[in-house]
Amino acid sequence: MLKALTIDPGKCTGCKQCEMACSYVNEGEFNVSKSRIRVFDFHEEARFVPYTCTQCDEAWCQQACPVNAITTNEMGVKIVHDNLCVGCKVCTIACPFGTVNYNASTGKVMKCDLCGGDPACASACPTDAITFQDIEQTGFDKMKVWATKTTAGTEPTGPNAPA
Amino acid sequence: MHHVILGAGPAGVTAAETIRKHAPHAKITLISGEPEPPYSRMAIPYLLEGKIGEDGTYLRQEDGHYDGKGIYYKQGPVTSVDAASKSLTCADGSTLQFDRMLIATGATPLRPPIEGLDNPGVHTCWTLEDARHIAEHAKPGVPVVLVGAGFIGCIILEALAKMGVELTVVEMGDRMVPRMLDETAGNMLRHWCEDKGVKVVTGALVDAIRASGETAPAPAPSATPFAEEKPGFFARIFGGGSSEPSATPAVAPAPTAAAPSHDHPLTVHLKDGQELPAALVVIAAGVKSNIEFLKGSGIDTNHGVKVDPYHETNAKGIYAAGDVAEGINLSTGHNDMLAIQPVAVEHGYIAALNMCGIETAHRGALNMNVLDTLGLISSSFGTWEGVEGGERAVLHDKDANRYIRLEFDGDQLIGAQCVGMTDHVGMLRGLIQTHLHLGPWKDKLIESPGRVAEAYVAVMQQGPTAGYTGPKVALPA
Amino acid sequence: MGWTGKVLRIDLSNGTSKSEPLNMEWADKYLGQRGLASKYLVEEVDPKADPLGPENKLIMATGPLTGTCASTGGRYSVITKGPLTGAIACSNSGGYFGAELKFAGWDMVIFEGQSPKPVYVTIFDDDVQLRDASDIWGKSVWDADKYIKSTHQDQMIHVAAIGVAGENEVLYSCVVNDLHRAAGRSGVGAVMGNKNIKAVAVRGTGGVKVKDFKAFMDATNAGKKVLKDNAVTGEGLPAYGTQVLMNVINEAGAMPTRNGADVQFEGAGDISAEAMAEPRRTDGKPNLLTNQACFGCTIACGRISKVDETHFTIQNKPEYWHASGGLEYEAAWALGSATGTNDLEALTYVNFICNEQGIDPISFGATVGAAMELYETGVIDDKVTGGIELKFGSAEALVQCVELTGKAEGFGKELGMGSKRLTEKYGKPELSMTVKGQEFPAYDPRGIQGMGLTYATSNRGACHLRSYTVASEILGIPEKTDPLETDGKAGLVKAFQDATAAVDSSGLCVFTTFAWTLEDIAPQVDAACEGNWSVDKLLEAGERIWNMERIFNNQAGFTAADDNLPQRLLKDAAKTGPAEGLVAGLDKMLPEYYELRGWTQEGVPTNETLERLAV
Ligand SMILES: Cc1cc2nc3c(=O)[nH]c(=O)nc-3n(C[C@H](O)[C@H](O)[C@H](O)COP(=O)(O)OP(=O)(O)OC[C@H]3O[C@@H](n4cnc5c(N)ncnc54)[C@H](O)[C@@H]3O)c2cc1C
Ligand code: SF4
Ligand code: SF4
Ligand code: SF4
Repeated sequence: MLKALTIDPGKCTGCKQCEMACSYVNEGEFNVSKSRIRVFDFHEEARFVPYTCTQCDEAWCQQACPVNAITTNEMGVKIVHDNLCVGCKVCTIACPFGTVNYNASTGKVMKCDLCGGDPACASACPTDAITFQDIEQTGFDKMKVWATKTTAGTEPTGPNAPA
Repeated sequence: MHHVILGAGPAGVTAAETIRKHAPHAKITLISGEPEPPYSRMAIPYLLEGKIGEDGTYLRQEDGHYDGKGIYYKQGPVTSVDAASKSLTCADGSTLQFDRMLIATGATPLRPPIEGLDNPGVHTCWTLEDARHIAEHAKPGVPVVLVGAGFIGCIILEALAKMGVELTVVEMGDRMVPRMLDETAGNMLRHWCEDKGVKVVTGALVDAIRASGETAPAPAPSATPFAEEKPGFFARIFGGGSSEPSATPAVAPAPTAAAPSHDHPLTVHLKDGQELPAALVVIAAGVKSNIEFLKGSGIDTNHGVKVDPYHETNAKGIYAAGDVAEGINLSTGHNDMLAIQPVAVEHGYIAALNMCGIETAHRGALNMNVLDTLGLISSSFGTWEGVEGGERAVLHDKDANRYIRLEFDGDQLIGAQCVGMTDHVGMLRGLIQTHLHLGPWKDKLIESPGRVAEAYVAVMQQGPTAGYTGPKVALPA
Repeated sequence: MGWTGKVLRIDLSNGTSKSEPLNMEWADKYLGQRGLASKYLVEEVDPKADPLGPENKLIMATGPLTGTCASTGGRYSVITKGPLTGAIACSNSGGYFGAELKFAGWDMVIFEGQSPKPVYVTIFDDDVQLRDASDIWGKSVWDADKYIKSTHQDQMIHVAAIGVAGENEVLYSCVVNDLHRAAGRSGVGAVMGNKNIKAVAVRGTGGVKVKDFKAFMDATNAGKKVLKDNAVTGEGLPAYGTQVLMNVINEAGAMPTRNGADVQFEGAGDISAEAMAEPRRTDGKPNLLTNQACFGCTIACGRISKVDETHFTIQNKPEYWHASGGLEYEAAWALGSATGTNDLEALTYVNFICNEQGIDPISFGATVGAAMELYETGVIDDKVTGGIELKFGSAEALVQCVELTGKAEGFGKELGMGSKRLTEKYGKPELSMTVKGQEFPAYDPRGIQGMGLTYATSNRGACHLRSYTVASEILGIPEKTDPLETDGKAGLVKAFQDATAAVDSSGLCVFTTFAWTLEDIAPQVDAACEGNWSVDKLLEAGERIWNMERIFNNQAGFTAADDNLPQRLLKDAAKTGPAEGLVAGLDKMLPEYYELRGWTQEGVPTNETLERLAV
């Protein structure tokens, strides 16, 4: 089954439970500055937008990595291998979505890995603004689902692949 | 169909794999110029620091990766090519016929006109072999002179500093990384480095590198008299700038003559007369494309190999990618050499698609760099110097060592540079590459350049497809 | 452990700061936030100190659950000696500031002395600086927020600031964080202003750890489920906010109206939650845009509103044509019912200004209500008000008042003193709806008897948040009691006071107690903190905190005579509604309350009590 992290900003209340869940799962503590997902607050427009890696088809980060430290798993998730990452940060400038970030305390980069298929952010979201859904069921044209897709089941098709 | 790829760097390897994906039955030969498995030059600094072993620099990690994909790996280098007969010759005399060929031979460091480059202890930092030499010499505490503080130079600087050597950097230009960062940012880097104990000499030309104690060759009247230079020289030998023994300036050349010791067997002579002791001199003074072997091949070259938007050369069936190719620069629309890793991969990918008959034009690559200089992280993207008539947003927080400069053309971002900011920096690429119209966010950014991430998320949401818009640099024809 | 174990002490007079270890012995007795910071305050500040002088201190304190994933775990409090009351003050706020302070590595920040010139304080993890605030002194909270974020190039900084009201030492000025969350009551903003601190800007990149993560996740998840399944926290508050109460309280005949003259407001429907969600006749859009959560909150009761651009208040002020924090129940009541005004857009605008200038809308609205009564009864005239026609129900007058109060200009200067001082000045102290100098909020003790005792005995002056018996008397939480009855209310108030003191010390929001009891909270605290935090231990801590605050106030000069209510509530019976004919029966509850507390009838804790609680 192809599943995707689906984000509906309209439902987000800005509570940051997702950021805490993410940092807890990945860092073992509550530390939103190390969360792989970030909630943007557009105060004047009364809008909150949770934002994380879309596991994009192009996998810019993976393609840019000089040492093969980012690979794509069978679900289409791009995963950083800490043992291989040298901390060159090229992936952080290569990802045009800005969703790989450098973690100065480890000297390596971090990005969303969909928690191995059980996204903690989605479970923690109290309003279902973040859900982990069957792509078919969402019924959305992939292009129209903002920041929300995985290429589950397909191989990465390179940095310039047509959508 | 036989695809032959010259060069086993990121461009070549990406191309080989891409061809395999789209042409499951084609014959693929990947030829390297060095007796190593395909590796990444970019990883060399981390090898020097000891972060990884040599195997950590390899482009692919699994054993038997190339065999498994049916990619035949062959040692070169290639010495000549004949486009007309679609054949090439390797250094060992072997020849090969091909149907399609990709030139991905990358670049080689320039050898600037400096006397004594062949002295033992003078190295470039470009190949694994170079790295082995450097590692041999660069022991903690030994004086090392790095010639060149361009982008690659600065990356090497970081590695050398981390190795604990006593480092002096000599740069010809008036600041560090002049082609990547503006004066403000370049000077921030310089001060940062100096604070961390790296000596930075800008606006200086290296004249010669000689064995210490060796005088200038006879026909070199311009060489500065020896004795005058001694105080500075002493200071460096005996360490600690404050204890500079200026009280004994009259000491004759004798100690210097005795000095050719194991500590600093070399002396780097600058044009202005300064002398720098060194146990190791690393040259990072620019690169040139590896195209000599193409002489007489019938393939058009300029500084690099000339290609069309499909990365094909003037010779049908022969393509070029990576540092060696003059692909399209997204910012200018002109062909240009962008010698960076992500571009090499992009080129390799596009060229491979076209080699497989999947016609794909390249819209252009974006110049971008990220640099970690002893913990101060800087990056630059696109036309960071701006264009005439465009607007600019600048914020500089000296105390916090943070700087951001954005360049706009109309309401589109065309270039950017930052120092001391790493979160979501990739969005700068996204904004520049997708030419997104910032609308009201442009003014907000001019007021507060630090709000890039917000601006990006906001305009992405209002993007043309009323939602997600993935940056696309190439569309199928 | 939930605490970071570090206290930041900033000496404003000398411009220095230092880190000191948290007193863990005290933490075991007072938990955190309100309790623990109050302990520091009572140990360090003379109860007789001038609240607006360098000898007073201002503490910003988080709780052990602040900055964790416990639902609502984002609170912090501002603790000081309050200038409006002269009593101990503790104002609690949500938003993101508290959690950020924790991420920066601090349980609390103690400000002492007085800066010689206006400064703003930046706390970026361990890096603490006092910076020149001359560019933002005289500017609004919103401008300060913007200035600081852009000066330091970081949108993720969270700012707690005072507006011009705090600078001008308006006695009910507040500290506003994250643009529209406020440590609102008792004039804590004036203390900050007196110390010459314009703002505190925090950015933290560290993490918060708890004692036992596994147990903590289990306990907090169980807690979240309870909140979700509860009708109030799961549906009412997210959909309607606290404004869900407007019609409920009005129907209960417990809505103080026109300075407490009435207990029901005919305009309540116009300013209710329902009205906020309804499309406006003018532009077809609703006042309410969305709800917002504070850090970690799974309830999300916050209102985000936008004023009608054609409304008289902002039609020429495009700078207000955007969304911001909208009306909560207490604000809607104070600005609306207390002044007899039913113009929702005007109230929203005035609320914006309160946030922007750092004014407590409860005390402000109630003070305007008192001023309106002075005006309508002819005690003050246009000369005094500077031409403002201060009639009940006049949105224009209300708007004029708010624009002058923060700036302390004209009649605004008098309004800024609060209703007690204002009415005293004009010889009508009986028209001040205050206890210990602080205006009471949106529940009329004639219609909700327990709230009478709550107001009278609240340690920070009249306040609903010290024991919200409305929950029991009106909503039936945890069990229904009769709002018109005084019997049993002494025990109810004490129980609520103690439990609330514990919740206020934990980092959690008191609104969780619509659904949670201490049975839900104790496991969360216990999983986070060393010290076997059982329900009993929490209750005991709560009672200890209450007594400690009381002692401070007694030493400051308060006596049983100050545990009182305005004469109007005690003498003038409710004219309409279920409570018609009733007055507040304080005298029937207070003696029993003292006894239950283990206090003398003079309101002084006995030695026995103090020993039992080890205060
Ligand atoms: C120390 C260092 C640090 C760097 N850091 C960065 C960085 O941080 N970010 C970044 O973007 N870029 C960086 N670069 C640049 C980056 O490594 C290059 O842009 C990238 O390697 C180019 O890839 P390529 O495949 O085009 O060429 P190369 O990687 O140079 O590969 C060329 C291949 O061709 C082979 N070859 C050469 N001549 C022949 C021949 N005649 N016949 C057959 N084979 C031949 C070579 O042996 C090699 O295998 C760095 C480079 C160095 C040296
Ligand atoms: S980090 Fe960026 S480039 Fe990598 S998969 Fe995610 S969105 Fe794509
Ligand atoms: S930072 Fe790590 S993961 Fe990213 S490109 Fe460099 S080595 Fe690869
Ligand atoms: S899926 Fe997991 S790693 Fe990704 S953002 Fe959510 S919690 Fe973080």
